[in-house]
Amino acid sequence: MKILNEVKFTMPSLSLNEAVARAAVSSLLVQYDPTVEELSDIRTAVSEAVTNSIVHGYRHKSGNIEITVRLIEPREIYIKIRDKGCGIADIDRAMEPLFTTAPEEERSGLGFSVMSSFMDKLKVKSEVDNGTTVIMRKKLKSHDE
Amino acid sequence: MTIDITTQGQTATASLCGEIDHHNAKEIREELDRFIMSSQPKELEIDFKGISFMDSSGIGLIMGRHKLISECGGVLVVKNPQLYIKRVLKLSGIERLVRITNDRL
Ligand SMILES: Nc1ncnc2c1ncn2[C@@H]1O[C@H](COP(=O)(O)OP(=O)(O)OP(=O)(O)O)[C@@H](O)[C@H]1O
Ligand SMILES: [Mg+2]
Repeated sequence: MKILNEVKFTMPSLSLNEAVARAAVSSLLVQYDPTVEELSDIRTAVSEAVTNSIVHGYRHKSGNIEITVRLIEPREIYIKIRDKGCGIADIDRAMEPLFTTAPEEERSGLGFSVMSSFMDKLKVKSEVDNGTTVIMRKKLKSHDE
Repeated sequence: MTIDITTQGQTATASLCGEIDHHNAKEIREELDRFIMSSQPKELEIDFKGISFMDSSGIGLIMGRHKLISECGGVLVVKNPQLYIKRVLKLSGIERLVRITNDRL
């Protein structure tokens, strides 16, 4: 498993950083020359995880979000998004489609469904009061497929 | 984000241009709600042709406007979603509540 390239960055939980995170992941991904569809899937999944850290994790405070993006041979992307916010008490329940703790803010409970259907693998680790880590992976199509 | 609202008879069309995420959703929500409350259109089409990105925040945005306009006796229509927006719409099952249309080219 060879890492071709890697970017790590930390940003404060400001909502305008949702677009910053998408842009950073997109520009690293250029190295793989992804299809329009792959790029949009990955951008959307990143946006969901970062938004969750801002909206839920750091609901009552502000804090930092740590992002690691790796390009792994052959043509796989690894993305880790970590916050030190409130954490999730029941991860299985949180990952159920349409489950949300913030319906009054027009959240629809679809973030985790989007992440799992747009990426190949999704892993969520969380501890109450200690934060949440989301790890996602996706294999990109090879150009001769 | 730019929002351009035009009215023709009973139908209003709000053409959105830009990206829909949690950061931008608030501004769009406020502008559309102001329009719905003041003009009470029979039909409001939201045109997604100029939207280059949408995550689940867009689903909340559509659902919320659907509720508000239904309460005012109107209907909401989602117009011209691009392929990647359609995939998010599909996951949400929103097609059962809101009509989705495309301009003929
Ligand atoms: N980083 C996080 N920190 C704390 N709680 C979280 C975090 N991510 C998700 N959750 C919890 O999991 C629930 C489900 O998340 P999911 O992204 O699927 O839906 P949502 O954010 O509520 O709505 P949507 O993403 O559709 O706007 C959230 O309502 C929240 O309670
Ligand atoms: Mg979410």
